[in-house]
Amino acid sequence: MNANLAAGILLQFLELIAALVLAPLLSGWVNQCRALLQNRSAPPLMLPYRQIAKLFEKEVVLAGNASSLFRAAPYIIFACMALASLIVPTLSTDLPFAAAADAIALVGIFALARVFIALAGMDVGTSFGSLGARREMLIGFLAEPALLMVFFTTSLISQSTSLAIIVETLGHREFAIYPSLAFAGVAFTMVSLAENARVPVDNPTTHLELTMIHEAMILEYSGRHLALIEWAASLKLYAYSCIGLALFFPWGIPQGVGIETLLIAMPALLFKLAVGGVILALIETLSAKMRIFRAPEFLGTAFLLAVLAMLVHLLLEAGK
Amino acid sequence: MQDALAAPLAIDWLLALVLCWLLLGLAGMVAQRNLRYVARTLFPLGAAVGLAIAGVAFAALGEVPETVVLPLGLPDLPFHLRLDSLSALFLVILGGIAAGISIYAAGYLRKGEGTAPGLQCLQYHIFLASMALVLLADDAYAFMVAWELMALSSFFLVTSDHRNPEIRRAGYLYLLIAHIGAIGILLSFGVLQGGNDMAASNGVSDYTFAHMRMMHPDGFWATAAFGLALFGFGAKAGLVPLHVWLPEAHPAAPSPVSAMMSAVMLKTAIYGFLRVSFDLLQTRLWWWGVVVLMLGLFTALFGVIFSAVQTDMKRLLAYSSIENIGLLFVGIGLALTFDGFDMTILAALALTAVLYHCLNHAAFKSLLFLATGAVLHATKERSLGKLGGLIHKMPWVAWLSLLGVLASAGLPPLNGFVSEWLLLQSFLFTPGLPHGYINMLIPVAAAAVALTAAIAGYAMVKFFGIIFLGQPREERLAEAHDAGLLERIAMIWLGGLCVALGIFPVFVIEQLDAVTQLLVGTGLGAAVRSGGWLLLAPVSENRASYEPLVFLLVILAVGAATFMLVRRFWHGRVRITGAWDCGWTLQSARMQDTSEGFGQPLRQVFSPFYRMTREEPGSFDKAPRYSIVVEDHFWYWLYLPVARAADMGTRMVAFLQQGRISVYLLYSFVTLIVLLFLIRG
Amino acid sequence: MNAASPYFGQIINLLAAILLLLSFAMLSQRRILSLIDLFMAQGAVLCASTAVVAYATGQNHLYVSAGITLLLKVMLLPWILHRLIRRLNVKWDVETLINIPTTMLIGIVLVIFAFNLALPISQLAGTITRSTLGIAMAAVLLAFLMMITRSKAVPQVIGFLSMENGLFFAATSATYGMPMVVELGIALDVLVGMVILGVFFFQIREQFDSLDIRHLEQLKDD
Repeated sequence: MNANLAAGILLQFLELIAALVLAPLLSGWVNQCRALLQNRSAPPLMLPYRQIAKLFEKEVVLAGNASSLFRAAPYIIFACMALASLIVPTLSTDLPFAAAADAIALVGIFALARVFIALAGMDVGTSFGSLGARREMLIGFLAEPALLMVFFTTSLISQSTSLAIIVETLGHREFAIYPSLAFAGVAFTMVSLAENARVPVDNPTTHLELTMIHEAMILEYSGRHLALIEWAASLKLYAYSCIGLALFFPWGIPQGVGIETLLIAMPALLFKLAVGGVILALIETLSAKMRIFRAPEFLGTAFLLAVLAMLVHLLLEAGK
Repeated sequence: MQDALAAPLAIDWLLALVLCWLLLGLAGMVAQRNLRYVARTLFPLGAAVGLAIAGVAFAALGEVPETVVLPLGLPDLPFHLRLDSLSALFLVILGGIAAGISIYAAGYLRKGEGTAPGLQCLQYHIFLASMALVLLADDAYAFMVAWELMALSSFFLVTSDHRNPEIRRAGYLYLLIAHIGAIGILLSFGVLQGGNDMAASNGVSDYTFAHMRMMHPDGFWATAAFGLALFGFGAKAGLVPLHVWLPEAHPAAPSPVSAMMSAVMLKTAIYGFLRVSFDLLQTRLWWWGVVVLMLGLFTALFGVIFSAVQTDMKRLLAYSSIENIGLLFVGIGLALTFDGFDMTILAALALTAVLYHCLNHAAFKSLLFLATGAVLHATKERSLGKLGGLIHKMPWVAWLSLLGVLASAGLPPLNGFVSEWLLLQSFLFTPGLPHGYINMLIPVAAAAVALTAAIAGYAMVKFFGIIFLGQPREERLAEAHDAGLLERIAMIWLGGLCVALGIFPVFVIEQLDAVTQLLVGTGLGAAVRSGGWLLLAPVSENRASYEPLVFLLVILAVGAATFMLVRRFWHGRVRITGAWDCGWTLQSARMQDTSEGFGQPLRQVFSPFYRMTREEPGSFDKAPRYSIVVEDHFWYWLYLPVARAADMGTRMVAFLQQGRISVYLLYSFVTLIVLLFLIRG
Repeated sequence: MNAASPYFGQIINLLAAILLLLSFAMLSQRRILSLIDLFMAQGAVLCASTAVVAYATGQNHLYVSAGITLLLKVMLLPWILHRLIRRLNVKWDVETLINIPTTMLIGIVLVIFAFNLALPISQLAGTITRSTLGIAMAAVLLAFLMMITRSKAVPQVIGFLSMENGLFFAATSATYGMPMVVELGIALDVLVGMVILGVFFFQIREQFDSLDIRHLEQLKDD
């Protein structure tokens, strides 16, 4: 039993390392795909690593009236995202840590990080910072319940809010088609695009301050703080991708703990992430950025679709 | 009585302590103007009494109910008092929060603000004592006396700065709605009492709660009693559309009083509603739950979207209280529905969420109101548009209210999240209700609760960000000073409660078990205990679990490890200069987002809910002015028409007033004749 | 008979869910061209589900229905609509009368209503598709809602056609389709209706220089 627990903790640790290492790679991969799809010459795959390393080297240039909250926020945000990637089952569903936080708590972690980044954006007191913070909270208050409803749909299917059990139910029990997941999947895709500052809602590569959301909040950050925030942003993308894969394509995430299961899980994860990155790049290429006031409509639609997913579950799937 | 003297019961101790509060209040009248005496001696003593009450009540949780008859009041109508787990829980809230607020008030009272300190001391302690009596009352008579005493003493506290006409107006509105509500409660007790034929045979006096428990009203009368109680207690709690007094009275009152009203007084209404619907009423119909659920949902959404667009910091918190009351009613509605379908374990889960949220809301909302008091004293400013950057001048208040803000936004690992989590869990366990529409309604309701929680986050970021972060919007904010020692102690106490309630949910739920046992006959205590003190799993670990301590430790550990690693491998160099802001050189504090600006997205998204009056400048204005006033539709759709109708009615009655004595004599004469005729007939 | 296989039921449920999803997508779509694409997709899903039902139950006449659907709703009608739009030159976005989140909210209420309405009926029906009856009714109501909330003529016609899709799906799920004669008749009706409406569009535009139906309010005074 104890050996099992030790192996579990080791695996948990491995999952964290995998997340920290793979997250910038995923961002790099998405950027590369996007460039290729748009007929540009692609940036190197390893660029995000080099950027983070370079930012760590640089000194921090701090605004005079930045408070201690401003300096603490990057660490808190980074810790939140690390915790999030610990909870999402990527390599195994048998994680000792899974009991610590369920799907609702996971949404809570993302909300915590969002509140801190918004507060940090308001801290220096520049016009762009508070503009970004306001927009981020606007996106957040619609995306958060939508994400929660997506989780609720899967929870209703699996009778549990624990992510590990959701994945086990969807991936390992008898194969069944859940129409409600079609709705949940569409809603989840929309939410992830908004939450990760992706194209129809926000543009991660924009240089025009007035259209920024995520970038506007972190304008005042530099050096190691910025490195941590960039890393946290890529961790968030990684965590969302893993949630999507775990909920809608759970095949390949093994139940047990062991070397041989890892040998299956790791390539499966890499393959699914690579395909997911291509799809994300494709969506970003095919859609145009919306006006900021279309964003509530977009997210409202996602929210209502997620609610519909639950209703469809109750009509078509419950009581069978 | 003889037994009580031999071995004092918990309820005797409580009564003695309540009496201490009253005596402290009277002691304040001895030297009304002596601030040192009142503030430094009496209020800290009051805080100690509060702690003692909380302690005694805590020990009484889960014990056998104790009763006492006080030979006070009218002849043949003595006060019946009773202490059971439900009263005990709310007494714990009252005592614990009062301890913090009294300490705070000791440091907060200033010369020349409002009425004399001694008088405020009297009103304040009567307010506390009357709330304790409301919670202990065991007959309708004692309950209504305490209830009215509570309304009156809080009215005087609200209008303590009575020279300001706006505050008088707010106080009047508060008193009016409090009394309309009291009528509802009184009538509800009347219906519950029913006939008095049974009582005589059983030796139970009329209008006691024990008598009401023995009545089994049929569906119609039970519904009538329930509806009247919902109306009466809803008016006190601020349920939409009876909420209008709340955002007026809370900002008008001095901050400790707003904290007390929001944290505890609103809870007495919840207590009363729980008492009537789960304890006194023996018949319960499932559809009541649906009504309460819908009302609660509407209140929660309404409160939160108004909270996010306020420009006055105390109004923002007042609307946020409306939201939390809404959430409490959502939980009660769910519990009633489950109870109606005999799903007691689910009812217990929903009720646990409600009671837990009562504790949480009391802790974080009082903390936030006290923080606004400190800001108000430091800056003389309540309007968000004139604050900013206070984290540098008031670090204690800022960091402590950050705790309150995070808790209020329902973020893990603080306490607000736990009750929200429990509430959402009780939604998730629902499928299988034997009624199609209700079954479909539940997910939609869950979605609305999630939306409310998320918007609460928006409002709280606005509250904290605008007050404490950014640059000071006015020059004199540079003179702001941090809160005094006593105020800090109070806020640390309440902030500590927020953290403790968030980190140790298992312990809290074990205590709540006694209350849910009383109300719906089952509890979560056993299920929760089996998971150990670390793991919160209300039904089973496979369904849902949450470990707040691990959660917090991982965040702290990862944060600290990151910090050390970054320092170890790189460096900690910092250069401090002006803000960059993309190279915009002309930056002033006026160019930050204002509170109106921060609320603008919500005004856009939820525009039909608000009644907005905008004043926009023209393109060529030399001195452009922009203003926007956001008001409540209910005021125009419901209250003003009612007021106008009442006005018309009184005008018609005023027609009778002629001013001539002979005409008045004629009225009396005609009345006499008519009465005589009627008797004759 | 291979109706015993649970997968057919599940596939039909999935297609039904996609049908509903498309109805909602149409409700939230502003662009006319995208609306036509969505309508086409809806037709395709309808055709697929009819074919699956036909295969699962061995009711051969349903293959014919699926074929008609494919011809009419996936090919012919979208083609006519595209042509109409090109001729009328109305490709721009259309603002809805009620804003889209509100429309969607009403849509959800309608879905709940339809689901509960269909519950007793579907318990009576003995078909493998019976649980999709609620979705079919919801699709009809949503198309109706879409017609109400649009002020331009072309989206209204698409709403009308989508409503017919919902009815068709309801018929399939409740009784394995209508008799052939009725079905052919309806197909013909839809086609003729489309042609008449096309003529009607040109008339409206000639009269008012716009396809905004709100102009028809002016006719009252004449």
